[in-house]
Amino acid sequence: MLAIDTSAGSSVAVVDLDRGVIAEKSVDDHRRHAEVIGSLIAEALEESGVAVGALSAVAAGMGPGPFTGLRVGIAAARAFALGARKPVVGLVSHDAIAFDAYRGGHTGPLLVLTDARRRELYWSHYAGADDAGLPTRASGPGLAAPDELPHVDVERREAASVSAAALGLLAELTWANGRPFAADEALYLRSPDVTLSAGPKRVTA
Amino acid sequence: MNRDAPLVLGIETSCDETGVGIVRGTRLLANTIASSMDEHARYGGVVPEVAARAHLEAMGPTLEAALAEAQVELADLDAVAVTSGPGLAGALMVGVGAAKALAVSLGKPLYAVNHLVGHVGADVLDAAGGPGHPIELPTIALLVSGGHTSLLHVRDLTADVELLGETIDDAAGEAFDKVARILGLPYPGGPQIDKAAEGGDPAAIRFPRGLSLPKDLERHRYDFSFSGLKTAVARWVEQRADASQPVPVADVAASFREAVVDVLVSKAVNACRDRGVPRLLLGGGVVANRRLREVATERCAAAGIELRIPALSLCTDNGAMIAALAAQLIMAGHGPSSLRFGADSTLPVTDIQVA
Ligand SMILES: [Zn+2]
Repeated sequence: MLAIDTSAGSSVAVVDLDRGVIAEKSVDDHRRHAEVIGSLIAEALEESGVAVGALSAVAAGMGPGPFTGLRVGIAAARAFALGARKPVVGLVSHDAIAFDAYRGGHTGPLLVLTDARRRELYWSHYAGADDAGLPTRASGPGLAAPDELPHVDVERREAASVSAAALGLLAELTWANGRPFAADEALYLRSPDVTLSAGPKRVTA
Repeated sequence: MNRDAPLVLGIETSCDETGVGIVRGTRLLANTIASSMDEHARYGGVVPEVAARAHLEAMGPTLEAALAEAQVELADLDAVAVTSGPGLAGALMVGVGAAKALAVSLGKPLYAVNHLVGHVGADVLDAAGGPGHPIELPTIALLVSGGHTSLLHVRDLTADVELLGETIDDAAGEAFDKVARILGLPYPGGPQIDKAAEGGDPAAIRFPRGLSLPKDLERHRYDFSFSGLKTAVARWVEQRADASQPVPVADVAASFREAVVDVLVSKAVNACRDRGVPRLLLGGGVVANRRLREVATERCAAAGIELRIPALSLCTDNGAMIAALAAQLIMAGHGPSSLRFGADSTLPVTDIQVA
């Protein structure tokens, strides 16, 4: 599976359920998604030695994340899947962070946080991991100011990046266990900034 | 790669149209467009974030529709092309991300091209699907839309394009939108003003011609300004309303439209004369304006200038013009872009292709 996430930095990985992470290429820059996405995909594929035709699917991190960058990865995942004639599956990007935490030995509830800019955070609350190792999201993803976050008593994991390798392995496990994927829509969690104007402004005093 | 008549798929997302076009050399095979215009109508203008979100949702279906229309397989493509700029950054990035991933998945070369030069490149295509034709050069090009108002001197489509002038404030299409709102007409303003102007007297009110006074012409001979005109219309309408007099909408619309068209065509014809170029090409969505086409036709005929106006479906933003320009680059022997380019909202016209 090829996995792409641009909800924070830009990360691309080729993973397999049996072989694990075959290749992962990431750039943490939070502004240059459009510049780096093509090379990251090409390099990850090349390093993995996996032919496009041998992929089973493309996994896309659907956010939450700042809009402009998030869209680059989703657009790339969908277009790559279209070009390769493979299915595309969507995942909540926070689930990859939680998945990593539980794989790394964390147990019990967890609050995953990522930067939403404008002094706000994206959050997702997890109850734990199930038998298959899949994180069980209890609530979220949501958006809140730091001092208005829910689940204040829960251990936090604030992440500056999302690993496409974790996202891809999570997708493999989700697939293997027949679990549902996330809806195929970007998780913006904010409306576009537009104000409906109340008609033309006067130009004469 | 086929360099005689390359099969190219072009992706365009610089404003509010998601365009995917497919050409074989100069022959148009598909020109599919999804527009988010309706979503912007309630805001009275293009909202960048709304446009970018719409591009993401429209990209897949538009690609599929173009392939079906052209009846070609992705594997048969010689290259993928995409608009790198100028345009709305967030909107451009959706196209750039999609084009790069598509090119990598197919193992095809990618050409990142200039949107404005793409408008000129559209001229090689025949909207009816005919064989197309080489572009006649040199030419002056007047590109007018809601996003840009530019005057170019094109000596070589793939190697030598000069920006003569552009708007220093609003684009002409924007001015139409804003004046439509002043007159209580819906968005988009161009067709509404055109309709409202029917039966109106274009000489009823003498609205200002931006950057057309002798002192302005010295510094801004080929530049445009429509902000002052918009304000003049607003002031005129307000004074009428304040005096409790009815606003003669047809006369205001016709007079405003005349002022815009007069400046656009005058400066374009000046450029043809100054540069000794007997050819003018129109491009951009505002070409839909009937009066612009009329005045351009009259004045070009009078000045002995050959006027070229591509079909409207090729004048509005579209992916076919991007594919056509890339095909011209390939036929002229240019290599592909790297995978490292980005979206450049202010890409200069001299950058016909981004390395
Ligand atoms: Zn345009």
